[in-house]
Amino acid sequence: MDSALSAHRLVKSYRGKRALDGCEFAVPEGAVTALVGPNGAGKSTLLALAAGLLKPSSGELRVFGERPTGRTHPQVGYLAQNRPLYGRLTVAETLRLGRAFNQRWAQRRAVQVLDQAEVPLDARVHTLSEGARTQVGIALALGREPDLLLLDEPLSALDPLARDETLRLLMGEVADRGMTLVMSSHLLSDLHDVCDHLVLLIGGAVRLTGPIEDLLAEHRVLVGPASRAASVDGVVQASSTERQATLLVRGESVPEGWAGEQPTLEALVLGYLRAARAR
Amino acid sequence: MIEYRIDKRSGVATYMQIIQQTRQALRLGLLVPGDRLPTAREVVEATAVNPNTVLKAYRELEREGLVEAKRGLGTFVRRSLATAQTAPGSPLRLELAAWMDRAHHAGLSREDVDALYGDVREERYPTGEGQF
Repeated sequence: MDSALSAHRLVKSYRGKRALDGCEFAVPEGAVTALVGPNGAGKSTLLALAAGLLKPSSGELRVFGERPTGRTHPQVGYLAQNRPLYGRLTVAETLRLGRAFNQRWAQRRAVQVLDQAEVPLDARVHTLSEGARTQVGIALALGREPDLLLLDEPLSALDPLARDETLRLLMGEVADRGMTLVMSSHLLSDLHDVCDHLVLLIGGAVRLTGPIEDLLAEHRVLVGPASRAASVDGVVQASSTERQATLLVRGESVPEGWAGEQPTLEALVLGYLRAARAR
Repeated sequence: MIEYRIDKRSGVATYMQIIQQTRQALRLGLLVPGDRLPTAREVVEATAVNPNTVLKAYRELEREGLVEAKRGLGTFVRRSLATAQTAPGSPLRLELAAWMDRAHHAGLSREDVDALYGDVREERYPTGEGQF
């Protein structure tokens, strides 16, 4: 399968400090990817690079096989975390800007998104709630009918109902047009129901990536005697009480004397996060 | 047409829930050969799941020979899992219904019935034999 988005030894530095430090990953076309990591891990930087708003310091990033050239790829839609919109424009005027600035523009789709979210078209953007501004941002991004949609923390300001509706809408785009979707969040619970791929970013590096189902199948949570924890191979993260050790290991085998099962996605990600913190 | 009920808290993978519910509907005769399964789009509209997950479940059902994807038309049931014994009105089903009436009459709760049924099933159908 071709990659919609891929990175190879990708580095981005700001004033000598590395925000991204040698990222490697590939997102296949049509996948729904969770870009997860703690605050400051580099998620927003990565999405801004993919949107063509930043240039890599070294290494490469490809969008549908091409390097971004200082403007957003015509097949890409992007919603930044700060939701850059003109506060004094009405929602309808905002859409008109979208139509003016984009060669491909699906006005009906954009209006449909806002209708569904019950965002009034005649309201001025600065009067809207954060959730409604997010919906305007998503409508603008979907108006481009993107083949790759990049959303930075799309669900963080939404109430549960709006969250469900937004996910339904996005999943509909994936079903209808085979759109590739990359969504970032510092909360895995926001995304894990709907994603089939994971990019786990910690401290500017990709610590874990791939199809979620494969990642789960490649790991085990082992519970067994603390005295023998040191003899287990492939340990990602360990915690133990006096007698009992709980280990997250990469590998499918369960050593004798241990109980093992596949981790949940949450346990897997938490294990890697804890391991990074302990280092 | 059936509707999937996806329980995100159940711990069972979404695609497995779709497979299980389809098999269940086939077993109970709620789906019969020629019926169309909901499109990924229809499932997504109802439950906000990833359409790739729905398609993956359908591919698995297709591999088992239960359904068949027809390009541009949808996914259709090929084979039923219903038997004379599981269909509505079958003697076994009526006996079970009568048993459940007696359980109800005896004051057993829904959980009691599930526990009792599960216990006897474990006894007669140890896990590892057959599937789901």
